[in-house]
Parts: sequence; C-alpha cells; structure tokens
Amino acid sequence: MGTLTEEIFSRRLGREVHAGEIVVAPVDYAMAHDVTGPLAIEAFRKLDVPLWDPERVIMVFDHILPANTVASAGLHKIVRDFADEFGVTHVFQEGICHQLMVEKGFVRPGGIVVGADSHSTTYGALGCFSAGFGSTDIAVTFATGRTWFRVPETIRINLRGTLPPGIFPKDLALKVIRMLGAEGANYLAVEWGGEAVEAMSVDERLTLANLTVDFGGKAGLCEPDEHTRAYLGEAEVLDLHPISPVYRSVIEVDAEKLEPQIACPPAIDNVQDLSAVEGTELDEVFVGSCANGRIEDLAIVAGYFKGKQVHPRTRTIVVPASKQIYMEALSRGYIQTFMEAGALVMNAGCGPCLGRQHGVLGPGERALSTSNRNYAGRMGSAQAEIYLANPAVAAASALAGAIADPRLLPVPAVAQKTWELVGGRR
Amino acid sequence: MARIFKFGDAISTDAIIPGRYNVTTDPTALGKACFIEARPDFAGSVKAGDVIVGGRNFGCGSSREHAPMAIKAAGIDAVVARSFARIFYRNAINIGLPVIQCDAIYDAVDDGDPISIDIRSGGIDVDGKMFQGETPGPVAVAIMEAGTLIDLIKTRGWAAIEEVS
Ligand code: SF4
Repeated sequence: MGTLTEEIFSRRLGREVHAGEIVVAPVDYAMAHDVTGPLAIEAFRKLDVPLWDPERVIMVFDHILPANTVASAGLHKIVRDFADEFGVTHVFQEGICHQLMVEKGFVRPGGIVVGADSHSTTYGALGCFSAGFGSTDIAVTFATGRTWFRVPETIRINLRGTLPPGIFPKDLALKVIRMLGAEGANYLAVEWGGEAVEAMSVDERLTLANLTVDFGGKAGLCEPDEHTRAYLGEAEVLDLHPISPVYRSVIEVDAEKLEPQIACPPAIDNVQDLSAVEGTELDEVFVGSCANGRIEDLAIVAGYFKGKQVHPRTRTIVVPASKQIYMEALSRGYIQTFMEAGALVMNAGCGPCLGRQHGVLGPGERALSTSNRNYAGRMGSAQAEIYLANPAVAAASALAGAIADPRLLPVPAVAQKTWELVGGRR
Repeated sequence: MARIFKFGDAISTDAIIPGRYNVTTDPTALGKACFIEARPDFAGSVKAGDVIVGGRNFGCGSSREHAPMAIKAAGIDAVVARSFARIFYRNAINIGLPVIQCDAIYDAVDDGDPISIDIRSGGIDVDGKMFQGETPGPVAVAIMEAGTLIDLIKTRGWAAIEEVS
C-alpha cells in the first residue's frame, strides 16, 4: 500500500513501510565516479573492512575523461588502485555514470540503487528507487551494502495530454521547476505520471527523472510499463504501481499548452518561455549530459543540422552520453552530420557540463546547454552565463548563433524517423 | 569572538568549490579554494570558529562532499541557513560540520556580526539577540555525538541508527 516509494521499500523490507520512517535498507548497487570516488575510497579505507561485494560496486571514469591535468590523473589512479586491490569488476570509461548504470542493466524496476552523484535520481525512470549521496555515505555502503533512508513523502505530477511538436520532456521538467522552485521537492520523492509520461519512451523518462534533483527531489519515479519492458528487452516487467497512495501534493500540467522553456542564468528556477530570450547571442552550444545526451536527443539535433552549417560565432560541442550511443550515432550517420555542420564531437562522458574540459567558458561568454545546471561558474568563469534548453532549441540556436525557436524550422526527417524507430509519439 | 560570513540564497556546491578546484582529496587545498570565485577574499579572511549564515537552499547542486570539506577546512565551525539542500545537509553532518536550519536569523544579521552557537540545543546568540535553530533529527544527533558517520559506523555499526529509527 502506498506511493511507488513506499511500495518499493515495503517489498524490500518485507513489511509495510510509510513515509517519514527512518529505515536501514539493503541496496542493489552503489556507484561512484572519478570525482566522488576518491573521497569515498578514503572514507572506506578508514573503516578498515572488506568490500561488501566487489560485483555490486560500480566505478565510472566520466567527469574528467581522459584525465586533463596531472591532478585529475592522480584522482583516476586512486580509483584504479582501489578497483585492483578490492577486485571491483564493474569499472567503466565509456560514458556518463548514469547512462551506463541504465545501459549495463544495474537498474531494475523495484530496485534500490545509490550513487555518489546527485543525478542518481535518473534511474527512477525505470521504476527504481535511486538517490544521490555524498562520498562518506557511499563509503559506508561499500562496506555494508546498506544505507539509511528517511522514506520520503511524494509529490505526484500528472502531465495531461500530448506534447506538441518541438516540445520535449526537458520543457515539462523546466516548467515544473518554474512552478515549484529550485527546492520545491527538497527531501521529497516525485512521481511522474499522466498521459504524456505514459506515452514517453524510456529515454525521455530518463530526462524527467534526471532533472528531479534539480528542484530538490530525492528520487524521481515513473511506473514501469510496456515501454520499460521493451527497453529492458524482457518478456515481463515487475508489476509496480502506487496503491491507494497518499501524496503530499498532486500537480497537474497541461502538456498541450507548453512553450519551449529556457532556464536562464544564474538559477535553474529562473525559467522563461523561449520567446522572452529569443535572439540572445551565444558563444557556445553544448549538446550532451545525463539530461539530454541520448540517441533520441542526438537524432533531433542531427535532423536540424543535416545539410546546414552551425553559426561561425558559436562553437558547438556534441558529447554522446555513452559509447553505445556514440556508436549508434555513428552508424546512423549523425556523427558525420555533426562534423559536416561544423560541430566539435567529443568522446562520451560529462564533457563541458561541469566546467573542467572540452569547452570551458571564459568571462562574459554565454552558452546554451542541454544539461541540467546553470549556476554561476558551473561551466567555467563565474562571469559566464548558461541557458538550459531542450535539444531542438539547442540545434536551432547553434544554427542561428543565438537562442532560436525550432518550431520555425521544418520538422527534420531524420528526427521524425527516429521518433518512429524508438516507438515515440510523433 | 566568532563572526558571521553572510551569503544569499541558492549557494551551490559549484560556488562553494568550483569543479576546477575539487581535483584533490586534500582538505587544506580545498579550504584554500573555498568560494574562490564567488567570494575570493573568503578563505583568506576566515578565522577559526567563524560561522556562515546562508539563505534558502544552501548547498544545492552537485553531491560533491568537497563542498562541506572545504568550508570546514577553511576554518568555519558551523553553517546556519534558512534551508539546506538535502545532500549537502547530510554530507556536512557526515563529516562533522554542524549545520543548523534557522529561518528567523537571516534578516536580523549582517556580515561580520559576532555569533555564538550551542550546537546541541540549536541556540544561537548574535550580539545578545537569541534565535532558536531547528533541532536535528535523531540520526544526525547520533552522528554528531560520534563525530562523523565513519566514527559512528566503525564503533557501533548500523545498530546505532536502527536504535533511533
Ligand atoms: S553530465 Fe553533468 S550533471 Fe551529468 S553526471 Fe556528468 S557532470 Fe553531472
């Protein structure tokens, strides 16, 4: 009985669990990466115990890949030495941790997964309870296979109707952030539901679950269904639904009335309709990140770029979220399209999202990004400005050299085809 | 006397320690880079025992534990804020940096005001004016009493948390 979160914890603990309770629960997997991993490893070593399970600890090199300074190479070395010493089997350097957690099958409906990264909420797209933690919490999970949770209350968000062309899950997420504010779901779980979410592919739901933490959410969950089953390539998927749930609040959003939403500097909840900032000149456009670096996102951008040139004022950087996505994009010809259009294509990983490498912003520069963070200093200089938008807006803006409305351009054929390929709704 | 360093709303972990400066696990290096771009004079002017007073959603953004580590290593004894982002709050408690939620104090204090705090009771004294912070939850209290989460788990295991749940 209860919300998706309560259902998951009740099943896991074999008794009825309610929001507000503090529980110590076993987890399926614990993930850390090249920035949070070293601190987790240091804390874990202080406990002076064996690793709980070398096959359930996931280590990913993604935030600075390959290492760009001697200092970051040193961080990688700490992680490698740890993985060797303790026999960690799942060590990856082929994409963003959150994408790999999903692609590699560590995320299951009804599961509980913890990650030393705030966007670990992403796995909720498959009906898994997952939350981000700091390194010390993750170190304790490395040692014991468990962590403590205050089982959160839930905000239910129902997205009514169908998304119009040129409007994407990113716009829905930004709209909700606009309504609730950057701490609107602090300490709470979020359930994403309603017709528009039911129609979404798993890739699209991953964007919603990802952005849940950006308005404070502890977890962002979707009910597993046909799309989940197809995505996992399995005959059946766990029957997991809210049962007579009591929600903290229920929010209805009308998908059909949505305009493209832009998060303007310097805060994720400084959201405007695209029309308010149209024409703002850009020095950089970044397509990628755990929010919008998946194949459907690349398909949209490739569709708009086909046969065109990005604006010479604007360096345009494309970073596929994983090697698998990169290779799929290669085989579909998208990578060639990006390069012919004049975009720079980087290896799979976080890329410029956190301001370390691959397109750091200088003082006074302005970027539009498909990622999820626009704090001052996030992508480089604290005097740079970051706008966040959906991939179609990013594509149209790269072509124009300024924030532009993709709905004024013809719907690209390649994107149309991909939407059909992935069982999309258009 | 400890002094207040006052910050605004939505102080992100990117502002506390930008991604380019957390390429280390060394607390001293993190302390020196604390607020390096948002408030470049910060690390140089903090004296041991000083206190940060923040607005809403303090510590929002990335889960980087480097952020509370940097604040602690810079010499700050506690952070009082109108509200905290969940992961930052938990990280701070885990590493032994006291954090206290208190709404009323924010508009009543200025940068540089003298402050003293009783962490256990949440009582805050700013130049004779008293404020009451919210008392931490039972798990946070258990961790604070042990020092850090690592100390708690090392000495008492999960039983320590199961007892208070
Ligand atoms: S892509 Fe950006 S938001 Fe996602 S994990 Fe990497 S740095 Fe964090």
